[in-house]
Amino acid sequence: MRKAEPSSTPPLADELARLEEIVRKLEADDTELDAALVLFEEGVARLRAARERLVAAELKVQAVLEEAGGDIRLTDLDA
Amino acid sequence: MNLSLALNIPTAADQVWSVGELSVAVKALLEGQFPPIWVRGEVVQCKVWSSGHWYFTLRDRRSQVKCCMFRLNASRAGKPPEDGTEVFVLAKPGLYEDKGEFQLIVSRMLPTSAVGQKQQELERVKALLHRDGLFDPARKRAIPGYACTVALVTSPDGAALKDVVTVTRKRWPCARILLVGARVQGEGAVEELVRALRLVNRIPGVDLCIVGRGGGAREDLAAFNSEAVCRALAAVRVPTISAVGHEIDISLTDLVADLRAATPSAAAEMAVADRRDALRLVDDLSVRLASGLTGRTRLAAARLARSADRLHAAVDGVLSSRRNLAERLAAQLDALSPLRVLGRGFAVPMDASGRVLKQRADFIRDESFRLRVADGDVRARVE
Repeated sequence: MRKAEPSSTPPLADELARLEEIVRKLEADDTELDAALVLFEEGVARLRAARERLVAAELKVQAVLEEAGGDIRLTDLDA
Repeated sequence: MNLSLALNIPTAADQVWSVGELSVAVKALLEGQFPPIWVRGEVVQCKVWSSGHWYFTLRDRRSQVKCCMFRLNASRAGKPPEDGTEVFVLAKPGLYEDKGEFQLIVSRMLPTSAVGQKQQELERVKALLHRDGLFDPARKRAIPGYACTVALVTSPDGAALKDVVTVTRKRWPCARILLVGARVQGEGAVEELVRALRLVNRIPGVDLCIVGRGGGAREDLAAFNSEAVCRALAAVRVPTISAVGHEIDISLTDLVADLRAATPSAAAEMAVADRRDALRLVDDLSVRLASGLTGRTRLAAARLARSADRLHAAVDGVLSSRRNLAERLAAQLDALSPLRVLGRGFAVPMDASGRVLKQRADFIRDESFRLRVADGDVRARVE
C-alpha cells in the first residue's frame, strides 16, 4: 500500500504538445540555427522518452481506498 | 393405392413420434423463436414452494399462461404478489415437458403501479436537473486526448471493471486505472456512488472519470437515475463518461456526464487513446524534427552565402566610391600644384638652400641660384 501521489513525470499530452511546438518552431523560417540546434536536441530527448513510455508501459490497476482519517490509499489489483 | 391410408393406421414407412420426442421438438421450436420478452398480465394463485421457486398464473381477459420464477429471481422480486396484481414480467416462453404445458420462465416481475411511480419520479428528477442546467450542452467538457490516469467508479465485482481493464490494456497500456469501488444496485447504491464520485475529486492526477456498470435490468439501473448521484457526477472536476450498460435505456447520468457510452467497453475506447496512433504520431514528429533541422541548416547556409555576397558587394561599393573620391581630390590637387603653374611658363627662383627668392633684395650680384621650371632646375647667376 502506498499513499496517493501525483505522478512525477509530466502528462504524455503535455510531452506531445511540447514536441509539436518544437517541430513547428523548427519548421518556421525565423528560427536561428543555434536555437534550432537546441530545440532539436530537446526534441530528440523527448521523442525517445515518449517512445519508451509508450512501448515499455504495462497497465496498472489500483483500488482507491479511503481510510478512517480521510487519507487516500492505493492498492494494486490483479485485474 | 396406399394401404395404410385406406386402413388409416401407421405403417413401417411412417415416422412415429414418442410423446417425449414431440415435447422436445416443440420445446426447441418454441424456445428458439422467443428471446426474453416483457409480458403484461394479472397474477393469480401465486404459490411459493419450499425450494423458494414461485409458481403462478398470468392471465388477461382472453387467455392465461402458467409461470415459473426460480428462487434467485423470486428473491429479488420482493413479496409474492397478491391475486389480481397487475404486473410486467420479463419472461422466456417455453414448454414444461413433463406435463406438456406451455409456460413462461420469469426472470423479473414489476407491479405496473410501481413502474408508473418510478416513471413519475424519474420525470421529476429529470425536470429538476434540467432546470439547474445539468444537461446543458455548454457545460460539456472535452475528453482529454491522452488520458493516463482514469478513475473508474463501479462495483469491484462487476463486469464493468474487467471490460474497462481489457480494453485499456489492449489500447493504452501506459494508463493507470484507479478503481473507486461502489455498489451499483440495490440498497446503499446511491450513497456509495455519491461517496465514490466525491472521492474522485480528492485523488491527485486523475485525467478522466468513468462511472458505470455492466448490463442490467431496467430497475437495476435506478441508482444512475438518482438526483444525488447525478449532482455528484456533475461536481466531478475532471471530464466524465457515463457507461450504464443498457443499450436501450438512457439513464440520467448519461445526460449529465460529458460523454455517454453504451457500455463500459465503449467508455474505455472513448477514454483512452490507441497506442498505435500515438506511436505513429511520434514517428511523424521524428521525421518532421529531422527535416526541420535539415531545412534550418540549409536555410542558414543559404543565408550565409547571401551575407557573403552582400559583404563583397558592400566592400566593392565602398572601394569604388573611395576611388572616385581619390580621383576627384587628385584632380583638385593637380590644379593647385605649382608644377601646373610652371607648366604655363612660369619659373621659381630658389637659392642653394631651396629658399624661394621673392624680392629684388633676395638676389645678390654674382650669386648663383636655381630656376625651377616645369621639367627641372636651371642654374643661373645674378648680374
